[in-house]
Amino acid sequence: MANMAQAIRLALHYGEENLGVREIFGEDVGPPLGGVFTATQGLKNAWNSPLDERGIMGAALGLAWAGLRPVAEVQFVDYIFNAIDILKLAANSLWMSGGQFPAPLVIMTPTGSGIHGSLYHSHSFDSVATKLHGMKVVCPSTPIDAYGLMLAAIKDDNPVLYLKPKALLRSRNEELIPGEPPDEKELKSMIDAPIGDRSKWKPRWPNVKEYLVPIGKAKISKTGKDATVVTHGRMAPIALEVAREIAQKNEGGVEVVDIRSLIPYDWDAIKQSIRKTGRVLFLNEETEITNFGEHLLRRTIDELFYELKVRPRLLAGKATPGIGLSAILEFASVPQKADVERAVKDLLAEPA
Amino acid sequence: MADQTSAAAADPYRKLGKDLLRNIHRIMVKARVLEERLIKMSKSGDGYFWIGGPGEEAFNVSLGLQVKKGQGPEFDYLHLHYRSSAIVLGLGGPVIDTIRQMRCVAGDPYSKGRNFVNHYALPKWNIVPVSPTIETQYSTAIGTAIAQRRVETDAITIVNGGDGGTAEGDFHSCLVWSNRPALTLPILIIVINNDYAISTAAQGQHGERNISDWGKVFDMPARTVNGNDVAQSYLAIKEALAYCRKERKPYLLEARTSRLYGHSSSSGANRIAQADCIAEFEAKMSERGMIAQEEIEKIWQENLEEIDKAHQQVKTEPFPTPESIWENVFAGPLPPSYPTKGGS
Repeated sequence: MANMAQAIRLALHYGEENLGVREIFGEDVGPPLGGVFTATQGLKNAWNSPLDERGIMGAALGLAWAGLRPVAEVQFVDYIFNAIDILKLAANSLWMSGGQFPAPLVIMTPTGSGIHGSLYHSHSFDSVATKLHGMKVVCPSTPIDAYGLMLAAIKDDNPVLYLKPKALLRSRNEELIPGEPPDEKELKSMIDAPIGDRSKWKPRWPNVKEYLVPIGKAKISKTGKDATVVTHGRMAPIALEVAREIAQKNEGGVEVVDIRSLIPYDWDAIKQSIRKTGRVLFLNEETEITNFGEHLLRRTIDELFYELKVRPRLLAGKATPGIGLSAILEFASVPQKADVERAVKDLLAEPA
Repeated sequence: MADQTSAAAADPYRKLGKDLLRNIHRIMVKARVLEERLIKMSKSGDGYFWIGGPGEEAFNVSLGLQVKKGQGPEFDYLHLHYRSSAIVLGLGGPVIDTIRQMRCVAGDPYSKGRNFVNHYALPKWNIVPVSPTIETQYSTAIGTAIAQRRVETDAITIVNGGDGGTAEGDFHSCLVWSNRPALTLPILIIVINNDYAISTAAQGQHGERNISDWGKVFDMPARTVNGNDVAQSYLAIKEALAYCRKERKPYLLEARTSRLYGHSSSSGANRIAQADCIAEFEAKMSERGMIAQEEIEKIWQENLEEIDKAHQQVKTEPFPTPESIWENVFAGPLPPSYPTKGGS
């Protein structure tokens, strides 16, 4: 049973063997470390780059133009801002060239809070990412989705920004990747590098199979008839846990829509759920001003106003200049389970 | 007499030969006439912003003629900037397509009426999209050069830009990445130094004596040449290309040129009294009896007529439709529920 970092690694291995991925690179991506979260450990085509996000992004775009399908990493999304020009170029390459230069590349980068990362290891990037028009943006919340979205991203002819929720990279889930051993210890012994000297180590890859999560397709993590929570990434398992607990207490049926793709987002799934429940909370961890959830909320008002039973809501991060290192400060800045529970209960309780 | 003979043999103009020089001259004139027409179009409302490269013809045509032209990693990649019309004409590009981009007609093959003039994108010759962002081409050059290291080829990546842009991090990225001991990259790194970034003199902003001095840090070949001189430019490019092709390593080449109409529309696009590489070249060819004055006049006239004809043609062509903004947002169809109203 893979955790999310292992699932990404398995997907990249599948990509190397079956989808023509020949360049996987970034800071500390190659041996000996295999990524600061180990998502690229043991991969035969993974290599270390200079500490230069702009160069990484430029290399990826040039490789994509040359017909390769590179997978590059920016070590933390907090450090992606100095590559923003080139992210924009990747996004507008096809449009700017009148349809002549597609840019099939994957940029993966850990996003969000939850690892006590203070100001520069806790950023979310959703609002900026979703304004790089022409680029697809995905963000998984489970290992199986991480695997399926990575294969879909590699196959896509568009640039794909693959956001990895930092706090979930060690999380597991009961859904198995086709071909992976169910025993997590067995998998670990096969594909995790040993502590110490790794120079002679080679992974023993399980025979994983193709499994695709279509980009643009949401997942209904839990069905419910009374309220809808639209979320993704790190907030998705929190929303699911809250929804299950509320159901156990017979306090209401909460439907959790894990959008998985931010661009394009599955508006049909969102709309269908809101039409059913008439109550909706948009939930994410980025700060509230000019938040991606605000866009979904505005579209809800435009298209579903008369089908809403109560006002639609957004629960997001506090608009402070950063996230403090102290757990007290971090918890006060980013929605925690208790905040989600409170917001969902308020949503259920408001008279129609 | 013997001295005179050896001096003639050492003359780089004679070394290059009359046929090649006459060809270079013809394309330089074409590029100048094209740029001057683009400026007129910009000033007469037959297009918007102008930016281009009059004054760089000597260097740029010499480069365009030596490119290994084609599509894919086994041919040279070109990461150009917005002063590169003479390179594209040197490759054999038609003037009419640049006029189409200036007038923003639907048939602009480089951007469908979306981008400024001289912002080329041409897959068949590996000309990757020229972006108005300064210096990002030095970062994207890294990627095509890596692709070229993965195959057996003598093809290389060529990047060019201006002196002002070398202050950006992308220039440094290109130097660092192309000199990585783990995988050196065959990139001809060109900097056209015209002493100015729009109106800001390099003199007040750059302490480097020469931009090519950056090469010393990496122990890489680097030199500064007179980019207004055809023979010096052509031979320097030839040497640099040969090095990159054979050694699979980078070469830094700085060319000092004039900037005959300033930076762009943003500085007025008026003629400036600086050395004119075409006039100087014509004088050198005449001195050597390689071209007659009547022939020179005829070449200018023929090019004017060609540009006139192309311009008249483009004036009859349709502009893009409003709906075309939705073409090429993504590879493949626009996702069905993608927002397209621009708000409520």
